[in-house]
Amino acid sequence: MSWQAAPEGERPGGQIPANVVHFAGALRRAGLRTGPAETLDAISALRLGGVGSREDFYWTLHAVFVHRHEDGPVFAEVFAAFWRTRQMIEKMIALFSGRAPARPAERKAGGRRADEALSDGLPPRPARQDKPILDVDARFTVSADDLLRSKDFAQMTASELEAARRAVQNLVLTGDERRTRRLRPHTRGERIDLRETLRASARTGGDLLLPHWRTAQRRPPPLVVLADISGSMSQYSRLFLHFFHAVTARRRRVHTFLFGTRLTNVTRELSRRDPDEAVDRSAAAVRDWSGGTRIGEALALFNKDWSRRVLSEGATVLLITDGLERDDTTLLEREMKRLHLSSKRLVWLNPLLRFDGFAAKAKGMRAMLPHVDEFRPVHSVASLEALSAALSGARAGPAPRSPRDWLRDVAEA
Amino acid sequence: MTQVPASIEKTVALLAGADYVADRSLATVLFLALRMGRPLFLEGEAGVGKTELAKVLAKTLDRPLIRLQCYEGLDISSAVYEWNHAAQMIEIRLREATGSAEGDALRSDIFSERFLIRRPVLQALGGEPGRAPVLLIDELDRTDEAFEAFLLEVLSDHQVTIPEFGTIRAAEPPIVVITTNRTREIHDALKRRCLYHWLDYPSAERELDIVQRKAPGAGADLSREIVAYVQKLRAADLFKAPGVAETIDWATALTELDALALDPQLVSDTLGVLLKYQDDIARIEKGEGREMLNAVKRELALG
Repeated sequence: MSWQAAPEGERPGGQIPANVVHFAGALRRAGLRTGPAETLDAISALRLGGVGSREDFYWTLHAVFVHRHEDGPVFAEVFAAFWRTRQMIEKMIALFSGRAPARPAERKAGGRRADEALSDGLPPRPARQDKPILDVDARFTVSADDLLRSKDFAQMTASELEAARRAVQNLVLTGDERRTRRLRPHTRGERIDLRETLRASARTGGDLLLPHWRTAQRRPPPLVVLADISGSMSQYSRLFLHFFHAVTARRRRVHTFLFGTRLTNVTRELSRRDPDEAVDRSAAAVRDWSGGTRIGEALALFNKDWSRRVLSEGATVLLITDGLERDDTTLLEREMKRLHLSSKRLVWLNPLLRFDGFAAKAKGMRAMLPHVDEFRPVHSVASLEALSAALSGARAGPAPRSPRDWLRDVAEA
Repeated sequence: MTQVPASIEKTVALLAGADYVADRSLATVLFLALRMGRPLFLEGEAGVGKTELAKVLAKTLDRPLIRLQCYEGLDISSAVYEWNHAAQMIEIRLREATGSAEGDALRSDIFSERFLIRRPVLQALGGEPGRAPVLLIDELDRTDEAFEAFLLEVLSDHQVTIPEFGTIRAAEPPIVVITTNRTREIHDALKRRCLYHWLDYPSAERELDIVQRKAPGAGADLSREIVAYVQKLRAADLFKAPGVAETIDWATALTELDALALDPQLVSDTLGVLLKYQDDIARIEKGEGREMLNAVKRELALG
């Protein structure tokens, strides 16, 4: 059976291409990345004449338009909504064998996006957080930079935060490269590059056989950020996002996850070029901003769904949380252990560490501390600078205490 | 039989003929990939039959299978081509000895077909019309972005450019199957050139069909129990759920043990065939497994 069996006027040459174009537009508005190439592909795929039922029609379009597993549910929703409202395809399919369409039973995650995509308006942009305009305090004009660098994010005014944001944007992580197994040409390498040697030799007619060399390429390992955005961390969250945006822009393979009661991957959102847009989009992607937190569960989700995908090739993990877990800490401890085992270097950044007389007394902290490689404060531009330096391999300043020392303090007290 | 199938039904039949049980969605995307001459990009958990599909395709279409197993640091010289440096060097010395070393002539002779070693990708471009091979690029996620970027030219234009030699273009493009386990994301640019499909775990019905084809020694009752138990395990939120390959292994193992039905001791003894993480094994052995087994028995008894 093929489209040629359709009655006059409903052949693919007629309404199908136009409808596919509209459908592609709807998918695009729902967030799928499709371009004109996919649309053309879709039309030629339908013309191949293999489509005999609504299910085949569905999977044909699916094969062309969906490039990521995550896009599957969105596609399903847009498909159901689009071809239902137009009722065009129903009539056509009714002419063929009546196979039940492959439709999800209930409205899933993509539902809202699909609806928004089909109503012509764009999805409502998240309102930017109001940044009240404040008079700049004259006292800060003298050595504003120094004060700003050490000032706690939690105590900054809006304008100071703005300045801190700019400072944070300029922090760079470099220099923590590791050897890879890929080779590149080098003047004094470790292996003879036979190909280049022979090419050079042929250039001289074979008279000179001077060795050329290759050496192992070096590049930074993947960086994975797991940041707590629950209520107790909310004063820091936006600023951290700016920091990670800056890091994402300057370095490849940075993955950022935010968690409160659920885990959200904001890597794609943070890859937008404009920092404000990137941070706004990330904030919008998160449903549980400033809510409660369940660190253990969030880590369990990460370990199960993402660790194998983002922790390959010796990743460095930055875990940002105050470690104040309310629930039972058995799960937390188990998941921390697993996270530690699967990452090359696990750094815990804790804003509470800035307080004098800080002691790792909370149950959650005691469960987490044995399973981290480093424990650092993160509350000011200066501490973020120190973090950058540490990640870059530069050993500036005194080495941080071993995480286990904190536990010993508590045991002795 | 070297023709690609003419409809989705025929694609299903073709695969079934080689004991590969495909559902409609996979058959559709495979049919389109074959007809449109596009690479097929298969993603999914380990052990759902991604690699197997390429093998079956090569067998049923009677094409040679060329497999490129990816790994970190995979480079052009082991994936595409390499010059036979030893032979080149001997050639240079010979010419020197006979005094016939002319600059330009030497250069074109040294870098000629004679000294070219073809690696999988280049081999795949060398198929004759109607007999183009199946190129399996397995576990692409294990290589790095540099190799991915290189593949773009191969996948969209079916050609490889060798600086000293020129561009080699396939007379007939190979049938390309790319698989990944999602240990990292593949760049959109590459995915766009392919037809994408997420290969999921099969339904109970389909898995039973697979077990009966692949492990015919297991009796009908045992097969049903095996499939029901594995399906329960997959729903149990394990760190690594068993794939179809594990189900088949388990069925084979139980057949070797002359088992006729599952019992707690048997399951516990052979759990290592299904589960590959100590945490998971400990959890299932601790009692969760026994409950599952009871549930399976109950459900099957009810029919």
